[in-house]
Amino acid sequence: MGVEQKLGNMGVVTTTLESVVNWSRTGAMWPMLFGLACCAIEMMSAQAANYDMSRFGMELMRASPRQSDLMIVAGRVSKKMGPVLRRLYDQMPEPKWVIAMGDCASCGGVFNNYAIYQGVDEIVPVDVFVAGCPPRPEALIHGVLTLCEKVKGEKFKDLA
Amino acid sequence: MSQIEEVSIEKFKHLVSERALTGETMLLNMGPQHPSTHGVLRLLLELDGEIIVNCIPDIGYLHTGIEKNMEAKTYQKAEVMTDRLDYMNTIGNNLAYVIAVEKLVDLDVPARAQGLRVILTELQRIASHLVWLGTSGLDLAAMSMFLYCFREREQILDIFELVSGQRMMTTYFRPGGVWRDVPVEFEKAVRDFIRIFPKRIDEYESLLTKNPLFIDRMVAIGCLSKEVALQYGVTGPALRASGVDWDLRKVRPYSGYEQYDFNVPTRTEGDAYARYLVRIDELRESLKIVEQALNKLPLGPVRSENRKFVPPPRSEIGVSMESLIHHFKLWTEGFPAPKASIYSAVESPRGELGLMLEGDGGPKPLRVHLRTPSFDNLAVLPQIVKGHLVADLVAILSSIDIVLGDIDR
Repeated sequence: MGVEQKLGNMGVVTTTLESVVNWSRTGAMWPMLFGLACCAIEMMSAQAANYDMSRFGMELMRASPRQSDLMIVAGRVSKKMGPVLRRLYDQMPEPKWVIAMGDCASCGGVFNNYAIYQGVDEIVPVDVFVAGCPPRPEALIHGVLTLCEKVKGEKFKDLA
Repeated sequence: MSQIEEVSIEKFKHLVSERALTGETMLLNMGPQHPSTHGVLRLLLELDGEIIVNCIPDIGYLHTGIEKNMEAKTYQKAEVMTDRLDYMNTIGNNLAYVIAVEKLVDLDVPARAQGLRVILTELQRIASHLVWLGTSGLDLAAMSMFLYCFREREQILDIFELVSGQRMMTTYFRPGGVWRDVPVEFEKAVRDFIRIFPKRIDEYESLLTKNPLFIDRMVAIGCLSKEVALQYGVTGPALRASGVDWDLRKVRPYSGYEQYDFNVPTRTEGDAYARYLVRIDELRESLKIVEQALNKLPLGPVRSENRKFVPPPRSEIGVSMESLIHHFKLWTEGFPAPKASIYSAVESPRGELGLMLEGDGGPKPLRVHLRTPSFDNLAVLPQIVKGHLVADLVAILSSIDIVLGDIDR
């Protein structure tokens, strides 16, 4: 059952460019291979066989920010790491999205002290926050799907 | 937000050779965002072509202030910080902490709790080695190792979730015992794991141990001599691969490790391949300990009866006024520890994990200091990578198995 049956003999489908572009963006979103702390291990679990993020077109982690669409901030961001994280974000090509994975990246978590940014949204704009310390792989996948829903609703005029 | 500052070569000319100042050799920055640095480690490399002349590790990108945060919390609450220290070995960190607290306040631990601690710590050691094996396979472009190892790791994490409700940050061990007794399904889950895991180790070995490509990348790479290892305070599998038979579980047993029969695998070559073989052997030895501990596991209480330090069970609070007072005092004030300073160490998957704890008579520690194994093991890296290719650096770095949370803390 594919698009052929829906089309019948017409061979034509009408849609908006916006929805086609957004749909294709959700199909193969490449995250950056960028682990900071504990959450990175759960991110690896989500990539591995049991949870298999490639079901959502995300199996290809790019080590270079210039080839990636999505930054998953997996772990606590220290004051020394903050500027580096911002530079990595700046190097990513538009359109780009950020998931703050875990409590530390979302709000500082258990580390309310001198060394840790109280949420990565102080440095980069965040699209989806995933709670948990660390979040289960299912929670990360839910965050990714939430981001996909968000991307599907994006308007061209907002990006321009 | 502070900016990344531009640094001139003048600032670190004492670290590099003179050839770098004339531009004869190249300075290359590896990290902090690099897939093979196992976290946020920055390495400044001085290269002559592809040969490493100098390697300068720059740490602190994950500095979390864990020690300082622990000083602001009571003894019970500070334990959650230790989970986040070395995140591959969360249960082992808990063990190091609770043993230190028990030593400080002189608290007894029931035999069943000791047995459970050994089982879970050894399972955690296996899980940690599996992450190491998977990621070092990944570094050498053996992608399937990662998928194989994480399959078994999930099974261990399921056991942790069964006993504590959390996959990684369990905080299951508490001063005076463990949080609560394990559910009835625990024994079957561990036995299932013991049954299947030996075959899985053989499977990993069939993929790597005699693989010519793997041997080419690992043998005679990153040779660490016994003398250098001892000078730098290297511990754990990296030390044992250099021919020193030193394992805290054997030489200074804790938690009843003296009851179990196991070997300490050692090699004499000291190269990356020897470190690999030592860890593979440790997987088997840990499994032996888990099986013995499970067979010997006695019945009985899992928490100490000393009500000054351990809260009473729920059932007692409703009927005993004294229990209610103990419970209230423990969760509002915490328990005081004497004015004393102690050091206790356990064998983590990476080496000696030590904890210095100083009490000041109140419910919070005056000073906490952690002696973490990855810190000392990383210190020796510049010595062993000199003269190797950049591609070998990746193999060496993964073979010493560092965790940045452990180094920067």
